[in-house]
Amino acid sequence: MALLSLDRLSLSIHRKTILHGISLNIAGGEIHALTGESGSGKSLTALAIMRLLPIGSKTQGHAVLNGIDVLTQTEAQMLAIRGREVGMIFQEPMTALNPVKTIGSQVQETVQIHTGATASEAARRADDVLARVGLPSDKFPRSRYPHQLSGGQRQRVVIAIAIALRPKLLIADEPTTALDVTTQALILKLLRNLVEEQGMGMLMITHDLAVVAEMAQHISVIRDGEIVEQAATPALFSGTRHHYTQALFEASRHRVNLPAPPAPRSLLTLRNVCCDYSLTRSHLFKSKDTFRALHQVTFDISLGERLGLVGESGCGKSTLARAILGLKQIQAGEILLDGDPVYADKRPNLAVCRRMQVVFQDPFSSFNPRHRVGRLITEPFHGQPYSPSGSERRAIVSEALLAVGLAASDADKFIHEFSGGQRQRIAIARAIITRPDLILFDEAVSALDVSVRAKILDVIAELCRSYGLTYLFISHDLGVVRSVTDRVMIMREGRIVEYGETESVFRNPSHPYTRTLIASAPVLPSMTASGY
Amino acid sequence: MLLYLIKRLVSLGCSLVAASLVIFLVIEVAPGDPAQFMLGVNAEPETVAALKSELGLDVPKWTRYFNWISGMLVGDFGTSYTYRTPVIEMILDRLAVSLPLAGYALLLSTLIAFPAGVIAASRHGRLGDAAVMVATQFGIAIPNFWFAMILVLIFAVNLPFFSAGGFVGWDKGFWAGVHSLTLPAIALALPQAAILARVMRSSLLEILNQDFMRTARAKGLSQRQTLWRHGLRNALIPVLTIIGLQFSFLIAGGIIIEQVFFLPGLGRLVFQAISSRDLIVVEAVVMLLVFVVIVVNFLVDLAYAIADPRLRHRT
Amino acid sequence: MRRNLVIGAALSFVVLMAAVVSLAWTPYDHSVLNIPNRMQLPSFEHWLGTDHFGRDIASMIMVGARTSISVALIAVGIGLIVGVPLGLIAAAYDGSMLDELIMRANDLIFAFPSLIIAILITAVLGPSAVNAIIAIGIFNIPVFARVTRGGALALWEQDFILAARVAGKSTLQISCEHILPNVANLLLVQGTIQFSLGILAEAGLSYVGLGAQPPTPSWGRMLADAQTMVGLAPHLALIPGIAIILSVLGLNQFGDGLRDVLDPKLRKS
Repeated sequence: MALLSLDRLSLSIHRKTILHGISLNIAGGEIHALTGESGSGKSLTALAIMRLLPIGSKTQGHAVLNGIDVLTQTEAQMLAIRGREVGMIFQEPMTALNPVKTIGSQVQETVQIHTGATASEAARRADDVLARVGLPSDKFPRSRYPHQLSGGQRQRVVIAIAIALRPKLLIADEPTTALDVTTQALILKLLRNLVEEQGMGMLMITHDLAVVAEMAQHISVIRDGEIVEQAATPALFSGTRHHYTQALFEASRHRVNLPAPPAPRSLLTLRNVCCDYSLTRSHLFKSKDTFRALHQVTFDISLGERLGLVGESGCGKSTLARAILGLKQIQAGEILLDGDPVYADKRPNLAVCRRMQVVFQDPFSSFNPRHRVGRLITEPFHGQPYSPSGSERRAIVSEALLAVGLAASDADKFIHEFSGGQRQRIAIARAIITRPDLILFDEAVSALDVSVRAKILDVIAELCRSYGLTYLFISHDLGVVRSVTDRVMIMREGRIVEYGETESVFRNPSHPYTRTLIASAPVLPSMTASGY
Repeated sequence: MLLYLIKRLVSLGCSLVAASLVIFLVIEVAPGDPAQFMLGVNAEPETVAALKSELGLDVPKWTRYFNWISGMLVGDFGTSYTYRTPVIEMILDRLAVSLPLAGYALLLSTLIAFPAGVIAASRHGRLGDAAVMVATQFGIAIPNFWFAMILVLIFAVNLPFFSAGGFVGWDKGFWAGVHSLTLPAIALALPQAAILARVMRSSLLEILNQDFMRTARAKGLSQRQTLWRHGLRNALIPVLTIIGLQFSFLIAGGIIIEQVFFLPGLGRLVFQAISSRDLIVVEAVVMLLVFVVIVVNFLVDLAYAIADPRLRHRT
Repeated sequence: MRRNLVIGAALSFVVLMAAVVSLAWTPYDHSVLNIPNRMQLPSFEHWLGTDHFGRDIASMIMVGARTSISVALIAVGIGLIVGVPLGLIAAAYDGSMLDELIMRANDLIFAFPSLIIAILITAVLGPSAVNAIIAIGIFNIPVFARVTRGGALALWEQDFILAARVAGKSTLQISCEHILPNVANLLLVQGTIQFSLGILAEAGLSYVGLGAQPPTPSWGRMLADAQTMVGLAPHLALIPGIAIILSVLGLNQFGDGLRDVLDPKLRKS
């Protein structure tokens, strides 16, 4: 008998239907993945099972957990089920823990409210659970507060809270999306072990097909609140697929066709660049400490070359981008664009800086909401030696918008009228409008769904053909970087640890860290057959 | 934590010095010579000069500032120009009314505002919330001295539960003193309680939407338990700031309320001093009030560090 | 349309009109004494009755509205003109000595409630309505500086500011073109709140004799005059009080309504 069985589960919020008859079964010891793009209703399915839906929600159908239909339970009965029968893990470990309570007490609380154990007994059990999720008490005293732990460690505490009472079902809502690949690999391994050891059933919600492929025995693909396909993992990866699943797979493994780069001619040169941040004083009588974000960074970008930069969060990727753009003063070394220094006399050399442009990660904060698109994308003309006006300016705006797949008439709209993917196209239009020598893509596709991401990558490839772009593509996503770059650098703790032709680095990584990174990244198995 | 404390102490000292300089310089530009004023226009120049030297007014400005500051540090606020008595004695008498009044009002407003804010937040969008919101809208709009007059009209004139004004003095016993401060304290507290309740409510509502509240619910805590165990302490952090600010408003508001109830507090003292141009008293009272406000805000900063471990560890 | 915005706008409009109309017309001359006619209850001839000197209360309330509004409005203006640039500068040079200096100065001003500033100024210059304006205006400066800085700091983190810096725009250009228009909402809402607080503060100051001086009518002084007669003629105390409450309530409702309408977070849904 299934541990959890959803039977035609429907959900509407304020009379708007969100889920249409979701059915799925999970057995003990099994991982079932629910996957789909943002807004598909994945997370709300989980909250419906927990009965933690927002006010104004109405559910229909059945959600039978261990013989009990949770949808018919009273709130008082649900209190006994949550945390005891079913535990839940959330996406954002940085905010999922109470900042003013110690980690020990937060785990202990789960034990205490359900078992009536004494404080010391509950503390002892909390201690065991924390040790089991990889936080031994000698290294991680239970009196620590969440802000004293890293993201991965915090996620372990959240897992400890969820599994403290050995629930029969664990719901994990994008448990590793906010984490670095190496941390992700460790957390996924921990979850797999817990499911095996404790015979729990797990409902894993994720947008990442590669993670799904590594973790789940069964997969349900959800789109717009409907399950479009449900199958055992091997069957789904080898057998006939629904066209939406097919499209998701193709988008996830999407590779673009870059034109061959022209003959090398150096454009951007970095020599031994070092960059520091000053920290707050740790002791009254000490001078301010500095943190060296970049150590002796040296590399070149040739004209027409596409260079990738890969590293985990906090490794100095963004600092490097800012240093190149003239936004963050460097402490040593030199940065030259076409032979001209980006910093002259300790100040950014504006004439040089204006020949570079950038596309940022977050499509929602990249634009002043009070300006129209036409004004937004012409901002880079500020201070250019030649700034077009009148009909010429309009023609240039139209051309840029058309080049990124938008309409010329979009120039008169405000930014809130566009989706995330469209905004990222507008950001690219802004970056190419002055025909800059170099463009920096700073995690430019990381916030997008796979299908949108694939289209944006195509836009970039197309622009390489029509405009002959030179760019530095910064990302934490190995797959994406592999697809859109000629050469790649791997960065760790402010140092370039590996630098070479993209394919050869991915095939034969020489540095141990590169190997770890590549080994940690979940891989989508290659399609052996296709129904289409 | 120690570094945090030292930093706060240094900034406390700087604030006090800056505030005292501002007050001293403003009073300094006041026209007229206090000694001349005390002795009248017909006084002999020699008598005026003698009084000036007695009052310490014949030395340069900066010396006078340092004398004033160092005097205050040992409790010497100078001598009143009109009464010829030490200012400190006059102030201490009045402080025995004004400080208890502000403290009493702060206590009342906190006792009213906390439950009101918690009720409103936990019944967000329902009747209880709406009732609290309407009540606080009016509470904020009502001037406290007008409210005081209405209270006098109702409770002292028509229903004689309280006296219409005056202060019996602490020597008549603690409860008698409290009794005669009750109406003024209510008048001061209610409008402040309205502000505090709204801050409490919005702070709690913001916390209710945080991820960690969902984690707590997923553990099996009820809505109410989540609110009390996880919401309240987090919500208190911004509320603390408001309580600190409120104390300064209560001190200032008290000066006005004292006028309604004819209380012999700092307010009466300062207004008498203004009309008799007894600037040294004005200077001392203002410095004292500003001192209290700055010290209360210092204490709020310390309370922050206790409430929020992130601040404690960030040196 | 939101209810509180409509109610608030209507109330504020009524008070504003009373003040504006009083410039051209009042039912009676507010300064004419008519002792035989004193302390009358509201009637057809005197809509709101007469005071202890027989003056028409309705006329005094209308002229008093003018005093309150002009004091509060000028004080908001002082706060905006001085506070907003300070807030913009502090945010633009976040963490620098300049930022530290501005914010510490703000804290210092916060330690002087407007009543205390008024006491200091009055002790030096003697009482007047201008003192009230200065005292309330000075107190408004750190309020606007903090609101501006808070809003601006969040904006400086946004990528579109970085994009403007990449385009080579100066701090001043960015502050004017990108920051100021995006904190304008916040300032508008805070402005209505400070406006209503200004009316309250003006009433308090003139009540204790630190604000507008006779013969200029003001709501606070009308209350001070009524105090000794509160048992005999309660309407003398009730009417100016209600006038204050309605104007403050109206402005606060208006501010709340504006906040709801202008808040992009609420607007999206």
